[in-house]
Amino acid sequence: MSSPTSTPVGSKRSRDDIPVTPSSDGLASPPSQRRRGQDSSNGDLPAMPTSPATDIASPAVHDTSLFSSPRRSGNFLPSEVDMSSPLMYGTPSSRVEGTPRSGVRGTPVRQRPDLGSARKAPQVDLHTELPSADGAVASEQAAGQKLVIWGTDVNVGTCKEKFQRFLQRFIDPTSNEDENAGLDLNEPLYMQKLEEISVIGEPVLNVNCSHVQSFDADLYRQLISYPQEVIPTFDMAVNELFFERFPDSILEHQIQVRPYNALKTRNMRSLNPEDIDQMITISGMVIRTSQLIPEMQEAFFQCQVCAFSTRVEVDRGRIAEPAVCRNCNTTHSLALIHNRSAFSDKQMIKVQESPDDMPAGQTPHTTIVYAHNDLVDKVQPGDRINITGIYRAVPMRENPRQSTVKSVYKTHIDVIHFRKTDEKRLHGLDEDSDQKLFTEERVQTLKELAAKPDVYERLSSALAPSIYEQEDIKKGILLQLFGGTRKDFSQTGRGNFRAEVNILLCGDPGTSKSQLLQYVFNLVPRGQYTSGKGSSAVGLTAYVMKDPETKQLVLQTGALVLSDNGICCIDEFDKMSDSTRSVLHEVMEQQTLSIAKAGIICQLNARTSVLAAANPVESQWNPKKTTIENIQLPHTLLSRFDLIFLMLDPQDEAYDRRLAHHLVALYYQSEEQIEEEFLDMAVLKDYIAYARTYINPRLNEEASQALIEAYVDMRKIGSGRGMVSAYPRQLESLIRLAEAHAKVRFSDKVETVDVEEAKRLHREALKQSATDPRTGFVDISILTTGMSATARKRKEEVAQALKKMIQSRGKTPAMKYQQLFDDLRGQSEAAITKDMFEEALRALADEDYLTVTGKTVRLL
Amino acid sequence: MPSSHDWINKPLGVVEAMFAQSNSNPEWEAKVLEYFKGQLREKESHSWVPSLNDVPLHYLKPNSLVKFRCLVQDMFDPEFYMGVYETVDPSTKANVLRCGKYKDVTECGVDLNSRNTVTAERQTFYCVPIPGESPWAKESYGCSSQARVVPSTSYVPSRQKRSYEEDDDDMDTQPQKQREPHTEPHGNGDSKRQETEAPSSQTTAPSDCSSHLDLNFPLPGERGPACLVKVYEGLDSFKLNDTLEIYGILSVNPVLTVLGEEKDPSLLLLNPTESMETPEEQRAHDPPASLVPRLHMLYARPLQHNNPLLPSAPTEDQSAFVSSFLVEMASVRAELLAYLTHVLLGDGLAAEYLLLHLISNVYTRRDVLPLGKFTLNLSGCPLNSYTERLYQIVQQLVPCSYRLSMSLHTMNSMRLVPKKDYVANRLVSGALQLARNTSLFLDETQLEQGQLDSSGVRNITALGNLISWQKVDYDFSYHQMEFPCNINVLVTSEGRSLLPSDCQVPLQPQVTPPNMEEYLTTIHMAQFTSQINKFRVYLSLARTLDYSISDEVTKAVEDDFVDMRKDDPQSVTAEDLHRMLVVARLLSLSLGQTTLSRDGWMRAKHIDMLRRSRTEQQKSLNGNEP
Repeated sequence: MSSPTSTPVGSKRSRDDIPVTPSSDGLASPPSQRRRGQDSSNGDLPAMPTSPATDIASPAVHDTSLFSSPRRSGNFLPSEVDMSSPLMYGTPSSRVEGTPRSGVRGTPVRQRPDLGSARKAPQVDLHTELPSADGAVASEQAAGQKLVIWGTDVNVGTCKEKFQRFLQRFIDPTSNEDENAGLDLNEPLYMQKLEEISVIGEPVLNVNCSHVQSFDADLYRQLISYPQEVIPTFDMAVNELFFERFPDSILEHQIQVRPYNALKTRNMRSLNPEDIDQMITISGMVIRTSQLIPEMQEAFFQCQVCAFSTRVEVDRGRIAEPAVCRNCNTTHSLALIHNRSAFSDKQMIKVQESPDDMPAGQTPHTTIVYAHNDLVDKVQPGDRINITGIYRAVPMRENPRQSTVKSVYKTHIDVIHFRKTDEKRLHGLDEDSDQKLFTEERVQTLKELAAKPDVYERLSSALAPSIYEQEDIKKGILLQLFGGTRKDFSQTGRGNFRAEVNILLCGDPGTSKSQLLQYVFNLVPRGQYTSGKGSSAVGLTAYVMKDPETKQLVLQTGALVLSDNGICCIDEFDKMSDSTRSVLHEVMEQQTLSIAKAGIICQLNARTSVLAAANPVESQWNPKKTTIENIQLPHTLLSRFDLIFLMLDPQDEAYDRRLAHHLVALYYQSEEQIEEEFLDMAVLKDYIAYARTYINPRLNEEASQALIEAYVDMRKIGSGRGMVSAYPRQLESLIRLAEAHAKVRFSDKVETVDVEEAKRLHREALKQSATDPRTGFVDISILTTGMSATARKRKEEVAQALKKMIQSRGKTPAMKYQQLFDDLRGQSEAAITKDMFEEALRALADEDYLTVTGKTVRLL
Repeated sequence: MPSSHDWINKPLGVVEAMFAQSNSNPEWEAKVLEYFKGQLREKESHSWVPSLNDVPLHYLKPNSLVKFRCLVQDMFDPEFYMGVYETVDPSTKANVLRCGKYKDVTECGVDLNSRNTVTAERQTFYCVPIPGESPWAKESYGCSSQARVVPSTSYVPSRQKRSYEEDDDDMDTQPQKQREPHTEPHGNGDSKRQETEAPSSQTTAPSDCSSHLDLNFPLPGERGPACLVKVYEGLDSFKLNDTLEIYGILSVNPVLTVLGEEKDPSLLLLNPTESMETPEEQRAHDPPASLVPRLHMLYARPLQHNNPLLPSAPTEDQSAFVSSFLVEMASVRAELLAYLTHVLLGDGLAAEYLLLHLISNVYTRRDVLPLGKFTLNLSGCPLNSYTERLYQIVQQLVPCSYRLSMSLHTMNSMRLVPKKDYVANRLVSGALQLARNTSLFLDETQLEQGQLDSSGVRNITALGNLISWQKVDYDFSYHQMEFPCNINVLVTSEGRSLLPSDCQVPLQPQVTPPNMEEYLTTIHMAQFTSQINKFRVYLSLARTLDYSISDEVTKAVEDDFVDMRKDDPQSVTAEDLHRMLVVARLLSLSLGQTTLSRDGWMRAKHIDMLRRSRTEQQKSLNGNEP
């Protein structure tokens, strides 16, 4: 419960006087600085229509129905009702007589330890006589509707009414949350959810706080400020509404409202004493979960003299041991019987702030979180979650033997709601949690920047300013950072189209490839950096691990999955083993990862852009060889890169001069000068994040026409010389690049300018990487088939020459291999290598003209 | 107002007086800070404050003002405490408002339900003495402390007086001396023995205490007090691995030692809050105050360097000091160069490079690129104990250093990268958690053939990253976090090092002394302390100078580069220009020049050429060496 504070309330407090154990002075939070100045133990609400009275209930009832743990009194409750629940109190009889609201009566209330620490939910029945000290307050409230809960401005009646109105009327036509899938967006959202509850029978209603806020700001404020008073009120409201609608439905316990997405706090670091006892939402990563902790809710006492038994509820972490047996009037004869006391589940979870929220140079903060009842074991270490809960601070335990106290409070959060943020990785629904919130001004600056005509150049020069020139490469990477538009054709069975741009950088060592990669890795929020040499297929994809404690199989995700929606930078791509590289095939085109391991078969999303860097095989780039020959990568993989850039030392004087100038400037310019010249990295980051989230450009008519033309042109170039210079994959690349360029401009339409730039960049990259060193022409087939068209042509010629030669010999069914080779060499003008000869033989064998067996060649 | 030295002896009295005057006006907090800052600004006043680094803990008075020169090793979670609280006198029932700031424990009879309670936030830093601090620096700091002349106003046990005198001079041997008379008569005077226990376990016998309590020093074999510093203001301005001089109130209340008290299982059952902390966590976060004292920070000064011979604060003093030293700079440089040449067996070029290396410093970063780093690889070092002696000489010159012997065993077993231990909820330190400008001496001559296991590979990768990017990726188990650093790495090896380096110099000994040990020792002995001190000042000072390049020289450098490329584009790359610019910078600074002159550039080019021709030569000699 909140502030223990101020005046103890009469008899209520006197129960605390004889603690069973010297526990702390209540699990009470310290008064926060906002000083509510109330005793919220009086904040009892006229609550669930069951009887509060347990310790005074008739002994007879206890003896029969509460005898052993799986007790089933069964006379009026269906079997779904978990009678053994420790959280159920109120005697059966009180339930029967109940309240006028007939539907509610059969459903037991479940205590909410998440709201009231270890205290029972305040229950005051307006219709039965109130036996305890609570009576005074409750009757007060019953008497006048205008009364508010002590210390708050919450009026139970109004609050309930407001919430019911919210449930009945709230419509959110723009909702795109995954929870709401399958609901009619034009009908009241929460009424549909209630219907769902009646069908599924899971008595939990999750309420998005931003909905409440947009519906009734005042209610929202109350919810945030006084969650432990308001949420029970919500509970009441929901249950009334629910059982009115579905009087016949049977639930395990009454519906509990679980608000989430409170906008109060986003970051663990910004929690401060003012947040105590308020509802907050923070994000973080689970780092440790404890064993299940049984927390006593109700103590069972038995008199050692007459065996009379009684139950006492835990109140603020204490149990008031009855001093006198009411049956035989012996003093101090009651003993606690552990295995007949009631316990509830509790779990401690440690959450660490997520790396993105941390200022540089500091260590991450951790927070302790308590999960109760069914929220126990909902999360596992490594999960990224959003937690909504109540922030608590508890004074350190007072040591009875010492007069001084440590002046420190322990803080924790009682969870009301968990929400995993990385769940979508498994489900594949879209990135609503990624939405970074931008302030108005920030958006304004970004838009101003976008309106500038040279924004593209500005951004690309802001990218890794310490790396000199290589403008086109930077532009390529910039477009990669923005990415294309995601298209979903799964309806028609074609699956998703890749929106991510993949780039390969190859070139001489020492051309700052690694530096570019490092920069990109530092720029994007979900970047991963691996080195080809140091990573295995498993490290890139995912692996299954057995948790040593729980013996559970756990899927651990690797770099590619972790960089979902980000960029995976792979250095020394060429040094990667073949098996490792092979997993990239699926990732780079289908954007998924299939795993079938140790009984886990699944497909994970890995919508990651790959930025790879490769060194040439001979350590220096050999201009006489093709790209494939230089870096020795399979062409199947190469063709999956949208852009392949060569980073070569250009070796020309003007370039040298500019380079020298750039480098010297790097060493003597002051910070400010640099700042002026280039955009701040933070602005760039925000710009990219904004564009990625909010801009989804589509092709307009002209642009599509331009793309078609470009594609046809590309194919034409080659066809004249009998080779193909473009494949559909190249067209897709062009579209992605054009879309990305439109995103740079913050434009919702892809226009001809975008296509022009995409074409230019694509051509530029091709010129560098797909030029046939033998002819000097751009030849895309180098990348797609691994062999240039001229090479293929030559192969054909050799085969024909060989065939001719064999034919000219007349009818010889078998020939010696070596002799044939020598003959062909003698006949041909060009030098023929053994490889070429063998290829020719193979080609002829494919034509079914001959077969090769060992050292002899037979005609067919 | 407090008398002249009350602010050192009874700082809490000052704080409380100000609190009482304030009538809960929150401005009193700022006033307190202002007061202490003002006191410390007075000339020499900071040297009156006893230092935790020099004085054993049990000689310090609890709740007095002390200073501590340290490195922030870990930052714990923020905690909420009772900033203001009310106590009830059980006899008179009178309520008194009290201040909880700068204290660990409250007075008795706290009224937890008082509505005057104010909750405030503070954070705890785990601080360790600066790792790898050279003995000469420690000694010199100890000597400059004037804490011994503090007139002990009211109550100083006689023992304490004695200790100050003995201790400052040779604190390493002193506790041993003291221990002997106590331990010999067995069981005689338990109370006395207890007193010596704490310092002896910290200073002389780390083995016996570390077995049950790991003080988490980055480097093995370190000693000195670790400290839990409670920070109240400016939390965001502190970063991990900052070196600070902290002035704060010492708290060693035994109440803080709560180990082993709440082992009653029934307590845990009803009070799960307590059971949440694992024993490991409790040990890490609440170690006994006698071993890890608490320090409530009043004022912290970030240290630019930890060279005791230089004025520490950037004041007028310092600029005067600098300008007076600048005159001498060139001559000191020549002497130092001669000294280093002797040490490097007569190799003048290598000595020049070593000198440049010792004054290098990452002065800024351009996005991911650290500028100014200058990792030196001295190859061709004679085997046997030469590198060890070389390190000892380097250690004599720089205030902070560490020699990492890269033997296969250490690479496989040592923890270089700090790692988060989630069970104890602390950052377990590693050898690469070092203060800025620490000299890391990697001795690759110790490496033998064999297999590196996975942790060995990780360690080598970490060293590589450190050299190339000047950053260390701390292991947070679920993710890695990058911490930039500024460490001078010197690699000694036989052939070319397997680690990357900015610059490799093959050592060409001109003399081959028959007895290496003797040779080096005599060189070392030949230097006067005053001379060595000059070198020390020189090295620290040259690093802090500003530097610029004029437009004119920029032009010349550019022309030069273009010309060089014209002749042979393969031989000079952008990387070479990078290096030459760094060399030119360091060369100018080493001469005390703050701008690059044409001459400076030519010299830099010249020595770089010499070095390169030497490596070429080496290559052709060895043939297949890469």
